[in-house]
Amino acid sequence: MSAALRLVDVTVAYERHPAVHHVSVDIPEGACTAVVGPNGAGKSTLLKAMVGLVRAVQGRIEFPHRTRAKIAYLPQQSDVDRAFPISILDMVLLGRWHGIGAFGAARPGDIDGAMHAIGAVGLRGFERRPLATLSAGQFQRALFARMLLQDAEIILLDEPFNAIDARTTADLLALVKRWREDHRTVVCVLHDLEQVRAHFPHTLLMARELIAAGPTEQALTAANLLRARAMAESWDDAAAVCHPGEAA
Amino acid sequence: MTPPPSVIPAKRPECADPNMEFLSDFLISPFVDHGFMRRALVACLALSTGSCTVGVFLILRRMSLMGDALAHALLPGAAIGFLLGGLSLPAMSAGGFIAGIATALLSGMVARFTALREDASFAAAYLTALAVGVMIVSLKGSTVDLMHILFGSILAVDDLSLALVASTASLTLLGMAAIYRPLVVECFNPGFLAAVGVRGSLYHYAFLALAVLNMVAAFQALGTLMALGLLLLPAVAASFWARQVVTMALVALPMAAASGFVGLLVSYHAGVPSGPAIVLVASLFYIVSLLLGTHDSVRLRIAPPAHLRA
Repeated sequence: MSAALRLVDVTVAYERHPAVHHVSVDIPEGACTAVVGPNGAGKSTLLKAMVGLVRAVQGRIEFPHRTRAKIAYLPQQSDVDRAFPISILDMVLLGRWHGIGAFGAARPGDIDGAMHAIGAVGLRGFERRPLATLSAGQFQRALFARMLLQDAEIILLDEPFNAIDARTTADLLALVKRWREDHRTVVCVLHDLEQVRAHFPHTLLMARELIAAGPTEQALTAANLLRARAMAESWDDAAAVCHPGEAA
Repeated sequence: MTPPPSVIPAKRPECADPNMEFLSDFLISPFVDHGFMRRALVACLALSTGSCTVGVFLILRRMSLMGDALAHALLPGAAIGFLLGGLSLPAMSAGGFIAGIATALLSGMVARFTALREDASFAAAYLTALAVGVMIVSLKGSTVDLMHILFGSILAVDDLSLALVASTASLTLLGMAAIYRPLVVECFNPGFLAAVGVRGSLYHYAFLALAVLNMVAAFQALGTLMALGLLLLPAVAASFWARQVVTMALVALPMAAASGFVGLLVSYHAGVPSGPAIVLVASLFYIVSLLLGTHDSVRLRIAPPAHLRA
């Protein structure tokens, strides 16, 4: 299976302390990959490095088949000012940024696409509503609608179902399934292992370093999970400098 | 009812009604009789058209107080211009613009490179600027000069000021139209802008430059202490009536224009500085909006409309 993303010896550090440490892995093209690991394991940091929001201090991230412009990213804590006076339609239309840009006009096709995406996430009739009137679940649906419109080949989701009820989660998981059927590459950080086993054929188990990667059942063995859980969460202030070529 | 012939003044036969005559004496003749009032009025109206959008975005970016700090920061620049060129508009405006931009950039950099938050660094910068400015003006000029610079003087609005205000308004409208969409996204979802590869800070600084430009244009009539008044107060008032960026600006515009008109009249008839007069009228709009507005107003808090079934 070819790789949509190839991480080669990637290390991302905050104040010299690695959050992601010497991770080398291929993310399979056109498949759903879950990223699993304890808190502080560097899952979010890994996604940010893939989007280019944080820089790897070592190693590189390769996209064998495309440029970065084809990535859609849903952060764990979105920085959206939900009191901002903007309609759902306008927010979802931002998904077409690569087509419309900062100065272009939205064409009727763009607006139709946005309406369709809003309908697909179950928010039909909300198009003209201000963003401030949405509940947390509806807001998450709106963000998914924007991602639908982005028509990205690689979709990165960081804990998208936190504080989301079962029905909304099921609806959004159905969208993830649709992306899989469209042969898009989905990378999703999750904590619910049942969800991972049910919906994500591939898994990346992390604890700052890569513990396991591969088909979900092979990656999420009891032994691997135990190893991941053993990761020390705090920084070691006295940690020595990590030299290349040396095991961490 | 026709008024007795004796009441009709010989000079203005078109004003048949004594009430109308009083109104025209009070409302219109100051502008008819005095060129400086006309220029001040045109300046205020032009200022209103440009500054409403800027004011709305200052609120949406939660930068109201930072805008205030920026306006104060114009003072030392204007004061240095005053030191070099006296009460000359180009010198004081250029000085004020440079000082405002420098303050915005420096505060942004201090906030980025140290642990100090941006509001704290802005407060530190503007206190310094205010003190430096008052010192400089006091060293060279009189108390009257200081009052003019701090609180504005409609007498100072000459043809050159008008040209400055008019070009500022035009540039602001064009500039805001150009940066509108990225600025909106930078306001409400900067992470998305970064993820699609747009440098949001560019648009932030372009917006700050337009804000400083508007305050420079405003300080002739309003003074450096109140330059923000005509930008911010109508926009704040408008947020009680409108729930979209464009409609907020459209509601703010007539309120800003009316504040300029009424404030100038108050300043003329009561012999008070124009800056506080205009800003006070704008404050009245704010208070009325706060009490009676259609969103989040006191009226809706006291007597909430009946809730719907779903």
